[in-house]
Amino acid sequence: MKAPKSLAIPYAVWVLIFTVVPLGLVVGFAMTDQDGSLTLENIFAMSEYMSVLFRSILFAIIATVICLLIAFPASYIISRASAINQSTLVVLLMVPMWINFLLRTYAWMTLLEQNGLINRLLGLIGLGPYNLINNSGAVILGMVYNYLPFMILPLYSVMVKIDQSIIEAAQDLGSNKLRLVRKVILPLSMPGISTGVIAVFVPSVSTFIISRMLGGGTNDLIGDIIEMQFSGNSYNPHLGSAMALVLMIIVLFMMSLFNQFGSEEDVIL
Amino acid sequence: MKRRFLIILTVLALALSLSGCASPASDSDQRRPTEEILEEMGLDPELFSDYDYGRLYGQEITLNVANWGEYMSINDDEIIDVNEAFEALTGITVNYKTYASNETLYSKLLSGGATYDIVIPSDYMISKMINEGMLEKLDFDNIPNLANIMPSFLNPQYDPENEYSVPYLWGMVCIIYNTTMVDYVPESWSALWDENYAGNILMFNNPRDAFGIAQAYLGYSLNTESHTELDVCASLLREQKEIVQGYVMDEIFDKMEGGSAAIAPYYVGDAVTMCDDNPDLDFVIPKEGTNWFVDAICIPTTADPDNKEAAEMYINFLCEPEIALANCDYVGYSTPVQQAFELLDDDAKSDFRRYPDDEFLRENTEVFVNISDDANAYMQTLWTQLKVDNSNVWFVPIFLVCLIAATVFVNVWRARKKRRDDF
Repeated sequence: MKAPKSLAIPYAVWVLIFTVVPLGLVVGFAMTDQDGSLTLENIFAMSEYMSVLFRSILFAIIATVICLLIAFPASYIISRASAINQSTLVVLLMVPMWINFLLRTYAWMTLLEQNGLINRLLGLIGLGPYNLINNSGAVILGMVYNYLPFMILPLYSVMVKIDQSIIEAAQDLGSNKLRLVRKVILPLSMPGISTGVIAVFVPSVSTFIISRMLGGGTNDLIGDIIEMQFSGNSYNPHLGSAMALVLMIIVLFMMSLFNQFGSEEDVIL
Repeated sequence: MKRRFLIILTVLALALSLSGCASPASDSDQRRPTEEILEEMGLDPELFSDYDYGRLYGQEITLNVANWGEYMSINDDEIIDVNEAFEALTGITVNYKTYASNETLYSKLLSGGATYDIVIPSDYMISKMINEGMLEKLDFDNIPNLANIMPSFLNPQYDPENEYSVPYLWGMVCIIYNTTMVDYVPESWSALWDENYAGNILMFNNPRDAFGIAQAYLGYSLNTESHTELDVCASLLREQKEIVQGYVMDEIFDKMEGGSAAIAPYYVGDAVTMCDDNPDLDFVIPKEGTNWFVDAICIPTTADPDNKEAAEMYINFLCEPEIALANCDYVGYSTPVQQAFELLDDDAKSDFRRYPDDEFLRENTEVFVNISDDANAYMQTLWTQLKVDNSNVWFVPIFLVCLIAATVFVNVWRARKKRRDDF
């Protein structure tokens, strides 16, 4: 059945007003200066901040890889559990997400502080205190913790559709566990992986609140620098937009690179 | 059909009876006497000026007020709700909004995204807004309570003619420290550079305040525009970065109260709050001098002109002694209203850190005023460099290697697959 095109109108209007127009504004701001005349200065000024940009991307990549390494076996276990256990496990996964993102990050602050819960517990057995917060590890931990469900859910929803008989067939034909994962499960869950990677990478690369709260302002990411242009002392939306634009282009490039490699996989199937 | 008719009838009857209930209340266009309202709110009519707060009653005015978060006595069971009292007294509805920083307020006003009739920015932002013609001159005939303001707060540096603003709350920047972790009283800014507390020092996470501390420490003007002086400050801050635990704003409450950091600069009013929550904490005003900040009430030019009189009435109301006292109690900052100060308990009144004498303020403190765009941008650049440049030189190469590896991987993958397909 062909859905009437008119059904898409509400969404098209929505996208136009809240995606296309703002994007246009970002480009517009990035290409102009305070007086409104066209300039590329903002884009060039951006090169000063390349190291932060790279750091953000690196952190986001690390967080994404860790998420993938944790989520892949986890989703597989969930998808092979009995129906009732599956729904329990998924609910358990979702429960933390009912609590606001900021509050969860705050909770990590109280856990990781020098006088925090973890250090106090370690103190009881005579260890520490360790410096757990205000470093890059804490920032990556925050990203992994906050965005892990975005990796597990798409993976799980794809894996749950893998027919058990395919896995059994592979085993019957003598494939060992590693080969089973590499040749059967991995290719079949590729669509879930590519959705999950995007869902984790994109918010990680642009986050500013995690780095501020868990990085203690000493591990600023590109998101912090962009935010500073809008609400910092030198109000400069032009430079801020230029940064956002460069970030967007780099992320788009990386996503397309990744997708290419994902879609190839689809072809094999 | 019949049933539906019945439902409609019931709804109509209900609506009628409801409006019947409501009408006697709104009928009382005759405003009750001021004293009665005040007593009902738990306010002392004796302490209130005889200002005519009822003259706009019944005109259904809505006043849009924008203030810092947690910066006015509202929604607290123990202290009077300032906005509720104002609404009861004047019949004007207050639409109260909050913002997180001077700059957010500035950009909101600039973009025209919000219409506020009352805003409460800080000193330097007020002078910036005056320079840019964003503030309306006040009609002080409608604000006789300006007479309640302490003389040292009149004609301030940021509003020399005192035409645009009425001070609301004020304070200084102090050093707050944990007495169990710091062995001496950190009377000098140098304590924030003390390597004995490496990893236990917190610092402001905004350039103006952070540079302000370096400037006060070095004895420069807090409003310096000299690039050389800013450079010296930046290198001092960079030196400090090695031993700083983190750059924080509101997160400081958790960290200091929880004992996770030993020493930090912050605003006196908030230091009072932190010391109340954790008795191990104490604070001190550094001897080199410090920043004296004032937040003042203003009317932006984008405000609704029809609301100007109501806005001025609101400003006057905030300068009533008991109202100023409530705000000062709730927020913990110091009040510029003389009569409210006199109502404070003796502990607070005699606390030099909260209410220093005029001479101290004159000699040892400086108010931020707006500095030139050029100096501001330069400071911002230095700050960003400071915050950013600890980035490992390896980040760029590692990233590039990853990217190249990914590209190679994809290509190899494709080639292999192609070969397989060829079979």
